[in-house]
Amino acid sequence: MLQMIKAHAIALAAVCLVTVTGATAQTGYGIGRTATPAEIAGWNIDIGRDGHGLPAGSGSVNHGREVFQNQCAACHGDKGQGGIGDRLVGGKGTLASSKPVKTVGSYWPYAPTLFDYIRRAMPQDAPGSLSNEDVYAVSGYILNLNGLLPPDAVLDARTMAAIKMPNRKMFVGDTRPDVENPACERDC
Amino acid sequence: MPYAKSGKNNFSQMSRRALLRNAAVIGSATLAGSAVTGASASGANNLPPNVPQWMKVPGDPMGSQPYGTPSLFEKNVVKNISKNLPQYLSASGRTPLQDLDGIITPNGLFYERHHAGVPAIDPAQHRLMLHGLIERPMIFTMEDIRRFPSISRIHFLECSANPGYKKPYGRTASDLVGLLSCAEWTGVSMKLVLQEAGLRPEAKWVIAEGADAAALSRSIPIEKCLDDAMIVYSQNGERLRPQQGYPLRLILPGFEGNMNIKWLRRLHVSAQPAYSREETSKYTDLLPDGTAREFTFVMEAKSIVLRPSGGQRLTETGYHEITGIAWSGRGTVRRVDVSVDGGWNWQEAELQEPILPKALTRFRLPWHWDGQPAIIQSRATDETGYVQPTLAELIAVRGENSFYHNNAIWPWRIAADGEVSNAAND
Repeated sequence: MLQMIKAHAIALAAVCLVTVTGATAQTGYGIGRTATPAEIAGWNIDIGRDGHGLPAGSGSVNHGREVFQNQCAACHGDKGQGGIGDRLVGGKGTLASSKPVKTVGSYWPYAPTLFDYIRRAMPQDAPGSLSNEDVYAVSGYILNLNGLLPPDAVLDARTMAAIKMPNRKMFVGDTRPDVENPACERDC
Repeated sequence: MPYAKSGKNNFSQMSRRALLRNAAVIGSATLAGSAVTGASASGANNLPPNVPQWMKVPGDPMGSQPYGTPSLFEKNVVKNISKNLPQYLSASGRTPLQDLDGIITPNGLFYERHHAGVPAIDPAQHRLMLHGLIERPMIFTMEDIRRFPSISRIHFLECSANPGYKKPYGRTASDLVGLLSCAEWTGVSMKLVLQEAGLRPEAKWVIAEGADAAALSRSIPIEKCLDDAMIVYSQNGERLRPQQGYPLRLILPGFEGNMNIKWLRRLHVSAQPAYSREETSKYTDLLPDGTAREFTFVMEAKSIVLRPSGGQRLTETGYHEITGIAWSGRGTVRRVDVSVDGGWNWQEAELQEPILPKALTRFRLPWHWDGQPAIIQSRATDETGYVQPTLAELIAVRGENSFYHNNAIWPWRIAADGEVSNAAND
């Protein structure tokens, strides 16, 4: 009985707490200031898988070949075959084999992710140093090396979002827990 | 010393100044080139019935170390960083788990993984921006963040590739699962900050971004953000170390390390995940049929015996305490079973208090080693009833190329001479 009373008391206290917290949340703490649209525009570099957020401008596969040789080849190999940096090219048809090769062409599900990643993180020694035109161009060249764009192609927001990456439909949700250990204890 | 390391202490690497400063203590042991951790010949001068040298002269005065460091004699307990990595800007360094006690990782030994080096961020010039599907886009200074009501909680952090599925497996416990650490984190509830900005109903994900040269970004489901996610500025009582995201990082208890964005600068509230490079081309789990699991966040229940473990040696038969750590991204560890006969029979180990959700839990089992070869291993069960699987069970479902989320049982082989090695490599 005493325990029940205690439990009720705790429950009541919890209700009070919730009420107080709720009231506080409504009034807010008044901490921080409003971010201006210009500040957000300067920092928001996220690009959606559908190409949302891709900037104006364009770049050709031809120009991308030059950018790649100057900025990328030292780590990724002159044909994107990999080195200190990831392999970017090939691997098509290997994912279900015993030696899968995961590259932009064989594995990446969305082309706009290339723009997002190159712009935010590459080249490794000077991220953010490429112009949007260079990023479009070098993205186009990597897609061309993977047979996903013709050599005379020019990439922009619209054409990049329209590319169907071959592995797009091969991603599934998390089905774990996926194994069940019977937890045997004796004479296992 | 029951579990002597097989490697020799290397005093040749000690700085000359440190050597001179400690010459009185180390004495002729250094000159003779022998390890001082054992009962070396020179040490006899400091053993009964003699009075040890360090009682005959005063020690270092107050202020010799404004920020304390471990004893010179613990010089070999450092991060485990491979000497032949392809590069060191995007790289990882491991916690020497087998050399630590309890459940808290010292800040200097906390594992590291960064993708473009460690930035040196002036906290006065650091800002957290919050924008997207919220009523009021916000900017916070570090002082602002610290004004919010604070919370402190103990949680583990583990890299999702810890280790892979393919041989050869690591020699030591650190080689195997050293991308794992545990700390008391202090900061503000992420839910509180999001509520301050006013979440819109269509908000389903939050894209978090770091202020490092990789601008690393990951998408976090809103349910996690409104559950136990934290925006933290302190770790084990002091400000975050630069390697851990100074001045601000995310802690998503139980979720894979990569999502716990360091150097946090931006939270973009969104209806969709970003499908960033880190959550598509990396941190997705390839299966044998060529499909790949995406958004595999939770680190499942796992445990490992740390003493005795690979690279150590039992120098005496008789009593030994088997001890290790267990953890689960789904909550508390309910029990740990230990086998000392190659997995034929299991007995329940004692769990050391405190047993906290999504934190390391220390276990122990008294054991008498009869000097015969033995295989020892541990198996964790968490509060959901999930049981840590064997490597064979995992590979049967995921194949050997899944790379991430390997939470297998790891068996250690103890040879007749006491040497401990990784039995999974046999």
